[in-house]
Amino acid sequence: MNAKDNFLKVKHLYNRAGFGISYTDLQKLSKKNLEKVVDNMLKDSQKDDPIKLVNDFESKRQLLVQAGLYAKKDLTDDEKKMRQQIVREQNEVSRDLNIAFINQMINTDAPLREKMTLFWHGHFACRSNNPFFAQQLNNIQRDNALGSFKTLLVEVSKSPAMLQYLNNQQNRKGKPNENFARELMELFTLGRGNYSEQDIKESARSFTGWMYDKDGSFIFRENLHDTGTKTFFGKIGNFEGENIIDIILEKPETSQFIARKVYKFFVNDNPNEDHVKELATHFYNSKYDIASMMKKMFTSDWFYSPENVGTKIKSPAEFLVGLSREFYVTYNKPQVLIQLQSSLGQYLFNPPNVAGWPGGQSWIDSSSLMLRMRIPSLVLNDGEIDFSGKADPEDEAVIALSRVATTNANANTKPKSYVNANADWPKFLGTLPKGLTPLALTEFLLQPKLNDKITGMVSDNKGLRSTAVEITSMPEYQLC
Amino acid sequence: MNRRNFLRNTGFVAAGSLFVPAFMKPLEAMALDELSLYKNLVVVQLSGGNDGLNTVIPFGNDIYYQKRKSIAIKPEEVIKLNDMQGLNPNMAALQEIHDQGWMTIINDVGYPNPDRSHFRSMDIWQTGSDSNQFLSTGWIGRYLDSNCQTCKFPYTAIEVDDSLSLAMKGQTKKGIALKDPAALFRNTNDPFFKAMLQNDREHLDEDNLGYLYKTMIETSSSANYIQNTSKIYQSKSTYPNSGFANQLKTVSKFISSGLKTRVYYVSLSGFDTHVNQIGQQGNLLKQYSEGMAAFLKDLKTNNKLDDTLVITFSEFGRRVEQNASNGTDHGTANNMFVFGGKLKKQGIFNAAPNLSDLDTGDLKYQLDFRQVYGTILDKWLDVNNADILNKKFNTLDFI
Repeated sequence: MNAKDNFLKVKHLYNRAGFGISYTDLQKLSKKNLEKVVDNMLKDSQKDDPIKLVNDFESKRQLLVQAGLYAKKDLTDDEKKMRQQIVREQNEVSRDLNIAFINQMINTDAPLREKMTLFWHGHFACRSNNPFFAQQLNNIQRDNALGSFKTLLVEVSKSPAMLQYLNNQQNRKGKPNENFARELMELFTLGRGNYSEQDIKESARSFTGWMYDKDGSFIFRENLHDTGTKTFFGKIGNFEGENIIDIILEKPETSQFIARKVYKFFVNDNPNEDHVKELATHFYNSKYDIASMMKKMFTSDWFYSPENVGTKIKSPAEFLVGLSREFYVTYNKPQVLIQLQSSLGQYLFNPPNVAGWPGGQSWIDSSSLMLRMRIPSLVLNDGEIDFSGKADPEDEAVIALSRVATTNANANTKPKSYVNANADWPKFLGTLPKGLTPLALTEFLLQPKLNDKITGMVSDNKGLRSTAVEITSMPEYQLC
Repeated sequence: MNRRNFLRNTGFVAAGSLFVPAFMKPLEAMALDELSLYKNLVVVQLSGGNDGLNTVIPFGNDIYYQKRKSIAIKPEEVIKLNDMQGLNPNMAALQEIHDQGWMTIINDVGYPNPDRSHFRSMDIWQTGSDSNQFLSTGWIGRYLDSNCQTCKFPYTAIEVDDSLSLAMKGQTKKGIALKDPAALFRNTNDPFFKAMLQNDREHLDEDNLGYLYKTMIETSSSANYIQNTSKIYQSKSTYPNSGFANQLKTVSKFISSGLKTRVYYVSLSGFDTHVNQIGQQGNLLKQYSEGMAAFLKDLKTNNKLDDTLVITFSEFGRRVEQNASNGTDHGTANNMFVFGGKLKKQGIFNAAPNLSDLDTGDLKYQLDFRQVYGTILDKWLDVNNADILNKKFNTLDFI
């Protein structure tokens, strides 16, 4: 085993399966056999820290109040105020939840679990105005991130966030709403072309009655469920939602669809179909055991082959989390993380639609690339922000309520603002071995192979701190 | 030390000049060729779902007054355009524009199975998709992808904003977002940025890294071109002091200085008026109308109005009946404004919304928004709309 070779492999593994690695850990792990490193990583990620920002009890109380106000015809002024107050609070907590997820990724010692959570966050893409629902779905994705895909799928399908987002609340006997059934097959399991319109109709009938009640718990309402006979993929029966999910999972196309998506997320935007097949077969044979598929992937030789190293464009979340994690960044005004996410095109918990973020080259346009190249100096060197993100369309009601904000949002006279973050330089520099050269630091921080230009740029010994800011501002740092 | 520099405190200095390989010829060196008759499209997005019925008021229809007891605009306040419809009084600035024949209102534009979520409906309008279809490219982006004679430059589409909307993103080509050409120019001429582009041709054939470098080269080239072309131009017109008017002023500067850009994109936000709509919407409509009137007159002065077409849309209209908070909730079909010096049909294009034939309280659409896009693609941007919209849409006769 070549030590240098293993150093690069472990670094690659931690960049893809996690959010990077510290130099100290990298040195330590490089001495181990790669399979052991993968096992260790899986073991570390057995730890499961759910996000507990939103309080269950208080949220349920709020839901009941909201339901009461909704049912009433004429509201008093106080009741109207109360309703608005709840919406305002929910918006605020939603932003806090976003920051909690980012912080969790920055600080976690179960990096693979968080990375998989981020993957499922994009796969089961969902928006909810209710932060309690959003947190619950996020925790379902985290709990099951490395477990059984079936359990994950069933729990996501029963979550109020998804039931609401895909209109299953309106899916009733005699008046089916096909939205959930369609996306279940098109985007969550089989993929386009592997089912018929008839299959959608029949499965929508099977999911009638899957709802959540006033306090936000899943409930199967039998009186709204269509108990008639359904024909789904040639099978005939009085199917209910879980039967449909079972039949979908029996089809190997589901394992292929998920394996391809996992491959595109962790390995390469352009999938090698042989590798995908290998992965899918393994996934199917393991009865959809996610951890087993991940281990198979991380221990395959092709995972470490040159075309798969340093060639993927980091998503905005990977970029922001990786940078913050590497340099132990504290955000004194965490709201700036939301501004950065939305300017870079990935505002977590707010995917563009149920298909999630398209990823790959679509992350990059002239303005997002310029911004990415400037963020390291903004964050690490406390630079001035001279841009403003677009308002999220769902925030329009808030904007409309505060006229002042509207005028300001469009005006050119804005107070100067700074990221107001602190990188812990002593801590970062402390993780580096004594006498590390700027060139060696560059090799550590960048995933793509170094070329003469970069070697030349960093060889004039500006000191490690300046070198670090410079390297993280390069286009090469956008890749992992 | 200038905090705007890419790398504050790193003391990086670039040597030598920008090297660009021959096949990535800098745009400024391209021949300024056949493009003498340059037609521009300006897309204006009103975000939040503008209430079309209180924008173009159907004052001739009693149902409007029955459904909107506390927020209807009184007939005597309406700026009447015909016997049935007229403008919100806050839009007085547009009366002159209308009288000059520079304005068309298209009523009831929408799409089948409308979605009431802001995000989803905006997605649909920006991508030009069906309501159950998810596209990751925008309609203008696909126009750029089509690589037609008139859309080859990276600055073919400019959004006057800090970030780029989905509408402007194609598969292989994307528009450019900039609020201030001078700021972009400063950034791309920063020594560090220039050094990154220096002597770098080995990456260009690599997939993702090559894509990053190509994007940087195009950004740098476009920034130089835009700044150098537009910096000398001084507008003689006065614009109202609002963010929206400032965006239009920038667009006018680009058009009037002869920039070879074909599509501009600007937006105005805050239209989600669930509560106390009158003041908030009035304020926004005033900003919109005054900015637009100044812009159109500026173009006229510079002889560019005949070459410019402006369209305004919002992701949906609002419900016909007002809510209990003196506001309106999310609805469906909406009107669109079209402006330009060469409109075929001026004034009101089609029949006013039928308020007695609703779909569970919402307007039924008369025209698909992709017919409007299709008309512009076919007749103004000279491409086949089926190539961009994935199926052929019948064109309309407003241009």
